[in-house]
Amino acid sequence: MAVNDLYRLTIHEAHRLLVKGEVTSVELTRSVLERIEAVEERVRAFITVTADLALEQAAEADRRIRAGDATPLTGIPVQLKDVIVTRGIRTTCGSRILENFVPIYDATVARRLAEAGAVLVGKGNMDEFAMGSSTENSAFFPTRNPWDLERVPGGSSGGSAAAVAADECIYALGSDTGGSVRQPAALCNVVGLKPTYGRVSRFGLIAFASSLDQIGPLTKDVEDCALVMNVIAGPDPNDSTTVNIPVPDYTRFLIPDLKGLRLGVPAEYYEGIQPEVKGVLTTAIRVLEGLGAEIIWDVSLPHTRYALPCYYIIAPSEASSNLARYDGVKYGYSYFEAEDVWDAMMKTRQYGFGPEVKRRIMLGTYALSAGYYDAYYLKAQKVRTLIRADFDRAFQRVDALVTPTSPTVAFRLGERTQDPLQMYMSDICTIPVNIAGICGLSVPAGFVDGLPVGMQLIGRAFDEGTLLRIGYAYQQATDWHRRRPPL
Amino acid sequence: MRLSREEVLHIAWLARLGLDEAELERFREQLSNILEHFQVLQELNTDEIPPTAHILPLEDVMRDDEPQPSYSLDDILANAPRREGPYFRVMAVLEE
Repeated sequence: MAVNDLYRLTIHEAHRLLVKGEVTSVELTRSVLERIEAVEERVRAFITVTADLALEQAAEADRRIRAGDATPLTGIPVQLKDVIVTRGIRTTCGSRILENFVPIYDATVARRLAEAGAVLVGKGNMDEFAMGSSTENSAFFPTRNPWDLERVPGGSSGGSAAAVAADECIYALGSDTGGSVRQPAALCNVVGLKPTYGRVSRFGLIAFASSLDQIGPLTKDVEDCALVMNVIAGPDPNDSTTVNIPVPDYTRFLIPDLKGLRLGVPAEYYEGIQPEVKGVLTTAIRVLEGLGAEIIWDVSLPHTRYALPCYYIIAPSEASSNLARYDGVKYGYSYFEAEDVWDAMMKTRQYGFGPEVKRRIMLGTYALSAGYYDAYYLKAQKVRTLIRADFDRAFQRVDALVTPTSPTVAFRLGERTQDPLQMYMSDICTIPVNIAGICGLSVPAGFVDGLPVGMQLIGRAFDEGTLLRIGYAYQQATDWHRRRPPL
Repeated sequence: MRLSREEVLHIAWLARLGLDEAELERFREQLSNILEHFQVLQELNTDEIPPTAHILPLEDVMRDDEPQPSYSLDDILANAPRREGPYFRVMAVLEE
């Protein structure tokens, strides 16, 4: 491979070349930085590019590789969604209110990647505070879908998915509260995993909805996803919601057949889906069957239609509480010319937050306010129990579920910005997974008119391994994940 | 379920969120529509269903109380919009 094409590599391909001494991390990192220079003006996937830091880290990685001390991630360029705090590197969360915020510590995932020898090339664009499904809610600029620059990359981790699809990094980490890793992965033709709640530390993940948020990898294939999970998964004393369940070596699950696995196809996830997307899924399911899986067609999750309203009560309620910390006193934007302390706080938040964040703060505050708590928040928590019970029942019969990731292919910029409810519908297939706290993996499954379609695999709590096995086997039989956008 | 202007202002005050006239009217309309959509949850009888606040069966997570190095004062104040010596500077909360 020519040195200037190195940016196209996956983690496992790059690792092999690095340890053989055929390329250096500095060469690989330069190639990725040149790629960013070549396409970033059109894609706009980065809020911050950390070129100097990346080259320093690459030089250090090369020393480590020469010393025979390389991990699978040593010397490999990564982008982090700008919701993950990085010590000494501006972290904006896509918001004016944090436009000049420079964290004083690293998120646990950032620290673990650094210890593994990762090379940070920059911070990914995103919907403000991870609220959105198109990355159009970024306070700075929208990201474009590399497959069609007039369309959205999905969101909220749109900058991370677009960067991986455009080869502006070898992999990325995003965050997923209602689909924010999986939906942009689907729309950009990359692999995206939402791990089980409690599997990956949230320490240093700027909080949106704490009972739903989870960090996950965006990668070029399933093997890479397993390699990243091996590093970021596991308990963390700084996040008491991480669970002390042993982390398996996820590469153990990368076997090319599905014999003995039962996969359910829940009808509720195929209602209201773009017909061509449904067609792609039908073909993909036949491939899974051909690999030895038994397909169960009559699995039902009857409360699926209640997941969207349930989510849009719980997530904004938690957000309204989490975002109360932005008061203009300790960090972030602050309005100085106020009449009194309350006026200062209200104007700081008025000018610091964008429209979607305000809408969700208002919605959550309403749902939690005296007189409405029982009808909205408590009701939603009870419905959450019913949605979880649907999955529990389904997983008595099957090992995983197969659904579309997104009900449509990528939509046009501006198409859904005027109607919040229509935008919220973008996540109908992914939201139930966060509500139940289980895991979901999106893998490239085909195209409709040149636009990518993702297949979502939903698994039992802490059974990411089975999802990786299914995704890996599928990728041995298909080549959708190898297609690259014509940039 | 249509929200009144007063209700929107009340919620904004609870959230300490300043709104201009246009935002006030837009949120009145949009929040009303969204809340109307939520009414579908009332179809479900949940009288006997316990709420899920959190999906993990977590009990109190305890650790030994061991002193750890903390952040320096300069680190803590590094992002302060207004600082005075070793303090965050805020507007007067209690006036004379």
